[in-house]
Amino acid sequence: MSDSKPSYLAHHFDHLEQQKQSATLGIWLFLITEVMFFGGLFLGYIVYRGLYPEAWHTGSEKLNVILGAINTVVLIFSSLTMALAVHGAQTGSRKKTANFLLATIILGSIFLGIKAIEYHAKFFPTTDYNLIPGANFSYPAAYADQMQLFFSFYFTMTGMHAIHMVIGIGILIWLYVKALQGTYHENYYNPVEVTGLYWHFVDIVWIFLFPLLYLIGRH
Amino acid sequence: MNLLFTLLPEQATEYAKQVDSLYMFIYVVSVLFVALFVGLIISFTLKYRRKSEDERPEPPHEHYTLELVGGAFLLVLLMVMFFWGAKLYFVAQRPPADAMEVLVTGKQWMWKLQHPSGKKEINTLHIPVGRAVKLSMTSEDVIHSFFIPAFRVKNDVLPGRYTQLWFKPEKEGTFHLFCTEYCGTEHSRMIGFVKVMSEDAYERWTNNLGDENETPVQAGERLFSELGCMVCHRADSGALGPNIAGVFGHQVELVDGTSVLADEDYIRESILNPHAKIVAGYAPIMPTFQGVINEEQLGHIIAYIKSLANH
Amino acid sequence: MSSATDINAGTTAKNYLNEKITVSSWLLTLDHKRIAVLYLVSLLAFFLIGGLAALVFRIELMTPEADILRSETYNKFFTTHGIVMIFFFLIPSIPAVLGNFLVPVMIGARDFAFPKINLASWYVFMFGGVLALVATIAGGVETGWTFYTPYSTMYANSAVILAVCGAFIAGFSSIMTGLNFIVTIHKMRAPGLTWFRLPLFIWAMYATAIVILLGTPVVAITLVMIFVERAFGFGIFDPSLGGDPVLFQHLFWFYSHPAVYIMILPAMGVVSELISCFSRRRLYGYKVIVFSSLAIAVIGFFVWGHHMFVSSQSTFAGMTFSFLTFFVAVPTALKMLNWIMTLHKGSVSLSSPMLYAFGFLGLFVIGGLTGLFLSTLATDIHLHDTYFVVAHFHYVMVGGGVMGFLGGLHFWWPKITGKTYPEGWAIFAAIVIFIGFNLTFFPQFQLGVHGMPRRYHVYPEEFQVLHIASSTGAMVLGFGYLVMAVYLIGSLITGKPAGKNPWNARGLEWETDSPPPTHNFHETPVVRHPVYAYEYASETSDEPDVTSEKNHV
Repeated sequence: MSDSKPSYLAHHFDHLEQQKQSATLGIWLFLITEVMFFGGLFLGYIVYRGLYPEAWHTGSEKLNVILGAINTVVLIFSSLTMALAVHGAQTGSRKKTANFLLATIILGSIFLGIKAIEYHAKFFPTTDYNLIPGANFSYPAAYADQMQLFFSFYFTMTGMHAIHMVIGIGILIWLYVKALQGTYHENYYNPVEVTGLYWHFVDIVWIFLFPLLYLIGRH
Repeated sequence: MNLLFTLLPEQATEYAKQVDSLYMFIYVVSVLFVALFVGLIISFTLKYRRKSEDERPEPPHEHYTLELVGGAFLLVLLMVMFFWGAKLYFVAQRPPADAMEVLVTGKQWMWKLQHPSGKKEINTLHIPVGRAVKLSMTSEDVIHSFFIPAFRVKNDVLPGRYTQLWFKPEKEGTFHLFCTEYCGTEHSRMIGFVKVMSEDAYERWTNNLGDENETPVQAGERLFSELGCMVCHRADSGALGPNIAGVFGHQVELVDGTSVLADEDYIRESILNPHAKIVAGYAPIMPTFQGVINEEQLGHIIAYIKSLANH
Repeated sequence: MSSATDINAGTTAKNYLNEKITVSSWLLTLDHKRIAVLYLVSLLAFFLIGGLAALVFRIELMTPEADILRSETYNKFFTTHGIVMIFFFLIPSIPAVLGNFLVPVMIGARDFAFPKINLASWYVFMFGGVLALVATIAGGVETGWTFYTPYSTMYANSAVILAVCGAFIAGFSSIMTGLNFIVTIHKMRAPGLTWFRLPLFIWAMYATAIVILLGTPVVAITLVMIFVERAFGFGIFDPSLGGDPVLFQHLFWFYSHPAVYIMILPAMGVVSELISCFSRRRLYGYKVIVFSSLAIAVIGFFVWGHHMFVSSQSTFAGMTFSFLTFFVAVPTALKMLNWIMTLHKGSVSLSSPMLYAFGFLGLFVIGGLTGLFLSTLATDIHLHDTYFVVAHFHYVMVGGGVMGFLGGLHFWWPKITGKTYPEGWAIFAAIVIFIGFNLTFFPQFQLGVHGMPRRYHVYPEEFQVLHIASSTGAMVLGFGYLVMAVYLIGSLITGKPAGKNPWNARGLEWETDSPPPTHNFHETPVVRHPVYAYEYASETSDEPDVTSEKNHV
């Protein structure tokens, strides 16, 4: 029985369909855990937003909404290229798969670059106040502590998101190398597909973060 | 040794007796269930123990009558416990209006207490028998918990907010006071006693002030003037801040159209973080008093504002 | 691990233990059975560490004063005990050892769906465990396993960050295990093995995995918040910076209450298997047990607030959580009922695994019923954070969880190692453990009712007699575990070959060799009967059980 098995079918699966379904179910379950993970942060955000609306309002005005918006567009495009890469793998087009994976990697890196610019501006402020939570935090308002709380959430949430992006890009690079070697084809593209689902999820998290942090407090 | 032979600790309040009745109800239900379950296990095991390796018992028949009836019966018992417990919980959550208020401040690792007369003490709480006492509690550092086993009452004491506890001791004596929320190295030494004394003895004790001659209300009034609060918080129409007389316990309208109940936590927030909630008709000009006054002084100012509630 | 080579010195058949015996073949193995053995060895080491810590502070507690430990050291000991036992023993115990070994075998699969993730979970677990141990050595941790804020973030002077990282990382290994369970149970069952033919152990693992997947990420993010608060001074839970320490408790218990079900549901699964086998019949109310497992998993997520009746949550919240908590009791009680009714008209054998199952029933019924005192609002206010709570959760988690684990370990020991252990010693140890456990924890109910708070290093003198009883019990309990360790290890060397099915049980795991071959079955089994088919010779054959015929005619 095992003699007739293709090399890309793991020994413990009976057939390709079973392997594919397992991978898909697995990634969806993993994404559920991710929802719960970010859910805890969103809960904290909502609780404090309800308690300190003023600080949340002022805090979001201190964020660079233009860079945030550009990043949103970049990330949506990266989801498109990711989807095209998955399509390439499904249709057995090695070149298409590899190229679109590369495009996704580049767009993801642009996102992180822009995020780094935003972080940099906060870490080395040109203003006379400092919005990095911790010992050096200062803001000339009675609700400085609450502002600090806002920025605690800003950095924790975007930081957690960025870590997911970095992990995603790492996996994409590995897929890219494999794709160039022709590992993926119409009969075997699970890794590309499940990474795609992960990538879309990380994208969706940002789609929530952007309005919650940058937009909702503005008038 | 009496711990070995008594089911329940000393009861020093009427509430404790009520809690104990509920306790005994659950206790009896539990003992009956344990007896039933263990009895069935033992008798089935004896009766149906394997006598030969050739035994092949019939598989059980699938029907759910037993489960349905058993489950429903249990649920009824459980609901009795729930409602009984909730009813008493309501009592514990609602101090009587005439309760004498004692201020409690927990800090690593001691209890600081102050009586309405101004009398202060540490780790020992003197109270009169037969009078309802309400504790208004806060912490200077971590979370503590104030527990008097003989009264069957307990509540956490949190930094940054007020919690309360009330009881009406029925008998004189000395009872344990424990901190039950783990609070660091000397947690187990954050203990003390509650001394319930006769009304006369308490009056003598509490009015023997020595050099602490201010009641919390008086101290609050003094602070109110020393810190310049009354410059803005006046009764006349030109005042820059809202008048504090008659505010406590009432709804306050805010700039954003919502309203909030003026309780201890609200007043505390208004002093430490004045811009969090702005009263309708006033400008956000009040400075914060965070770091300017300590927990005890905050408690005094709140006591003062409370004392003006009925003006 | 090294003993693995000895086990099969005499046997010739190829099995998972002797197929390859190099160190790297163990450390890089993708075989779920070997990973289970790796987990078993590591978990027993953690159990030893956690147990010794408990023994030390139980000795300290024999007198009301401080004798052998300073307060700070005492606090570090009970914290170590809590963190190690909960995160590094109880939560992984049955799923990572028995579940890892049995899930694929019981459903007739060759391995888990994701063997590499399975191996990774062990490495991740060990990394987390080592971090936690380093924290214990490098300065210790004295926050309690609950890490309550603001104590843990702003006041504790110890290696909190390391311990938090350890618990955080161990959480990932739970998630990996849970994910593998669900996918494998969904996608890799043998032909004929429909959902309602699954053994109850598998259902228990499935329900546990659901709790793991939904709960663990929440504690993970909570620990991240603790981390950033302590490391960078973010004020998420610090009231002096506008944060709310009670929010931490909500987030923490949202995981840590369901975590109790991560510990107890698997034990319930084991007990179901034991009672079926040693009554030699299908379980009474199979479907009721299945759905009660799922119900416990779901309801368990809506009761976390009962840990916070005195934490200043609102009266309404207190009432709601109390109300919901009572609903967990119903499915739990139904399970008890079904187990007992299985004995009725069964063929009950008092073999050593069954003694552990009875130990489970006896202790868990007390653990469950004392839970009623704690879900009732008024009585909980008195009992909260006293020794009553300590006794209650030990009855549930040790009396239930550990007894289940030991029962399962004894039941499947012949399958895992291929050897039998001395039954007489096993019965002796089971009885000693049962007595020692009760002697340790029953007095603690009495202590708690009389007001003795938990986590106290020194205490008023009137509590001493009961503390001495409890400490004595701890030593008896420790002795029982020691006896068990000796004969189990001894059985690896001197035990007789067990044969395929030493208990004459039903289930696919008993139809393969002991120990099983590397890919579990020589050919994929086809299941032909409902679960626990004691009326047939086996699950895969249509032949009636020989003696069964004799009895029925």
